[in-house]
Amino acid sequence: MRFAVIDSKLVPEKILGSPISRIDDIPEIPLDPQFSFQADLKKILNGKQLLFEDVPFSHEIIQQHYEHGYVTYRKGLITAGKRFVCQRCGNEDKTWFAAFHCHRCNEECAYCRRCLMMGRVSECTPLVGWRDDAEVGSNGRDDVAQRLLQWDGSLSDGQKEAAIRVERAMLEKEELLVWAVCGAGKTEILFQGIEAAIAAGQRVCIATPRTDVVLELAPRLKAVFPNVSIAALYGGSEERHVFAALTISTTHQLLRFYRAFDTLIVDEVDAFPYSVDETLHYAVRQARKPYSAMIFLTATPCRSWQRECREGKRAHVTIPARFHRHPLPVPEFVWCGNWAKLLQKGRLPGSVVSWAKTRCDAGKGALMFIPRIELMEKMLPLFRKLHQGIESVHAEDSHRKEKVRKMREGKIPLLLTTTILERGVTFPNIDVAVLGAEAELFTESALVQIAGRAGRSASFPKGVVSFFHFGVTEEMQRARKVIQSMNKEAEKRCLVD
Amino acid sequence: MGMFSQERCLICHEEMVASATWRGVFLGEEVTGCCSRCLSKLEAIGGETCRICGRELDSNFCKEDLCLDCVRWEEDGDWAGMLDSNISLFHYNDFLRETIARYKFRGDYVLARVFAEKIEEVLRKVPHDYLVPIPLSEERLYERGFNQSEALILEAGREATLLLARIHSEKQSKKSRKDRIHLPQVFTLGRNEELTGKTIMLVDDIYTTGSTIRHAAKILKGAGAARIHSVTIAR
Ligand SMILES: [Zn+2]
Ligand SMILES: [Zn+2]
Ligand SMILES: [Zn+2]
Ligand SMILES: [Zn+2]
Repeated sequence: MRFAVIDSKLVPEKILGSPISRIDDIPEIPLDPQFSFQADLKKILNGKQLLFEDVPFSHEIIQQHYEHGYVTYRKGLITAGKRFVCQRCGNEDKTWFAAFHCHRCNEECAYCRRCLMMGRVSECTPLVGWRDDAEVGSNGRDDVAQRLLQWDGSLSDGQKEAAIRVERAMLEKEELLVWAVCGAGKTEILFQGIEAAIAAGQRVCIATPRTDVVLELAPRLKAVFPNVSIAALYGGSEERHVFAALTISTTHQLLRFYRAFDTLIVDEVDAFPYSVDETLHYAVRQARKPYSAMIFLTATPCRSWQRECREGKRAHVTIPARFHRHPLPVPEFVWCGNWAKLLQKGRLPGSVVSWAKTRCDAGKGALMFIPRIELMEKMLPLFRKLHQGIESVHAEDSHRKEKVRKMREGKIPLLLTTTILERGVTFPNIDVAVLGAEAELFTESALVQIAGRAGRSASFPKGVVSFFHFGVTEEMQRARKVIQSMNKEAEKRCLVD
Repeated sequence: MGMFSQERCLICHEEMVASATWRGVFLGEEVTGCCSRCLSKLEAIGGETCRICGRELDSNFCKEDLCLDCVRWEEDGDWAGMLDSNISLFHYNDFLRETIARYKFRGDYVLARVFAEKIEEVLRKVPHDYLVPIPLSEERLYERGFNQSEALILEAGREATLLLARIHSEKQSKKSRKDRIHLPQVFTLGRNEELTGKTIMLVDDIYTTGSTIRHAAKILKGAGAARIHSVTIAR
């Protein structure tokens, strides 16, 4: 598509035009209050940055709304010096761009390969949006009188304090880190703030790196907010065009939003791939309104954030204790020698064998984390000499769901696993171990998450956590220290019995 | 062109470690722009192949040097002799299916380079007068921004002659082989060119049933072309 600026308007112009990226200034059109805009188009475009082909309206209708000041066009790709910058995903890495002779603009047209899977953004691609919506009640609710939150659960003292802080940050448009230990119950602390923000006409988004978290959160939130429009967004979701007061989205899907949310809540801010992927940081920045609140939820903030919290440089609130008021199990370190070498000879360390045997005999479920799949597969037959029912699971395992279910039902005495079960999944009454805790992938945050699998339920609040190692690492020590300091704080604040 | 860089594999974006062994066996990383790990996932078609369509022959499903599909085409008076020969480069396995989908449906143009050198090898081997891409409808061309068959020719450093045009777009992939064979002609001559006695090389991304290629061949032979060959990435 080629555009030209004619009478201070950007208009499609096959002959005189040029790709939108090469037009210096895209004129902003003053709003024509006389124009009767299409409400359905507004619902789709409000707070978004979409491609023409994402919008189920004709080019003509979209253009008409632009010419009356309702729709906005932004360049999909810009050039900054000798670089391209993708305006949708923030990519400016040369290895992620290519060019082709484009039949849309009839020129050599560069495109971004980084976010290609969401539709191609090239030099002739406008990002289509809706003008900033300053109206109050812009989240589309019209049933103001109704009570929004329908939940009769109760909060622990630690949760209560956090919930108040979250609500305040949301209404005051501040940034807040919620540092809540595994099992603290972090979803419930959001309810009060979400209710207040939505009642005030604001839009709220909860973003998480993982699709399964979206799938788990959406029904829970729909149950407690039955009168609030809620959209669940993930790759392949049907609710792509739903305009909702509360959006639950994978961080990846945020790339389609632009200045949409009054509050953005980012769950598991430390979790892969959010922590490593620049694109997703960019997506989070783009999706929030310029004046908006930002809430980070995590059990394991990165080291620099921990330091900022200690030094009083980062607004944060901690929930150092679990909902059931028992302290977190502190990991024990058990030296097990050169286990990898022993494994090559077809043997397991004695300490590990006796640990496993004790659990199998007692009938208490146990999880053991192994650094690599190949090692795990070598170990499985050795462990099976103790008990035939022992299983292993990893990310590509086609029986993964079934094994997790059987584990939950107590039908597997010991489950060997890679780090895929590091977070999210909870089993009621288990002990947890890591074999080879010195391995590089067992970072402080991974180890804290792993330890957090034990003692989760109120009926079985105790669990043993053992790190079998061939040399204690700094990460192991940090993990233990952070758990101990949380327990200490919980005691001080009378959050444990 | 300081604004692009190709230090990484075009398919998986990993850094490339040029491997000497691979260069000997197959194309080098620097030529295809993709790493040896990805190259190793492409399965070349080879060995005993059908004289017409170039598929690997299965002794249970062939008659002399023809596969049973081609036998059926050749028994049909309307279609016999339309296609002289086809060469397909790779088996259409899951990896290639994904790569081609990204190439043409997502519009990742640069992936054409992965196949360009191999296509060029075929073009050198099979003499021809015109190199003709299977056309897209106007609508489809606008949607994708480029014609994936034409891009293969251009990236191979050759000139494409647009002898064909599409009458109307058809979602061919949704139809069975039988439906497709009996489909009315979908192509027409796109421009006037003296074709009498000429040899034409058609280029397409995938050879599925051979119906698309044969429909194109029929038009060109009707206009006087003597021989029709074709090359595709996959089958
Ligand atoms: Zn991009
Ligand atoms: Zn273009
Ligand atoms: Zn690769
Ligand atoms: Zn054949």
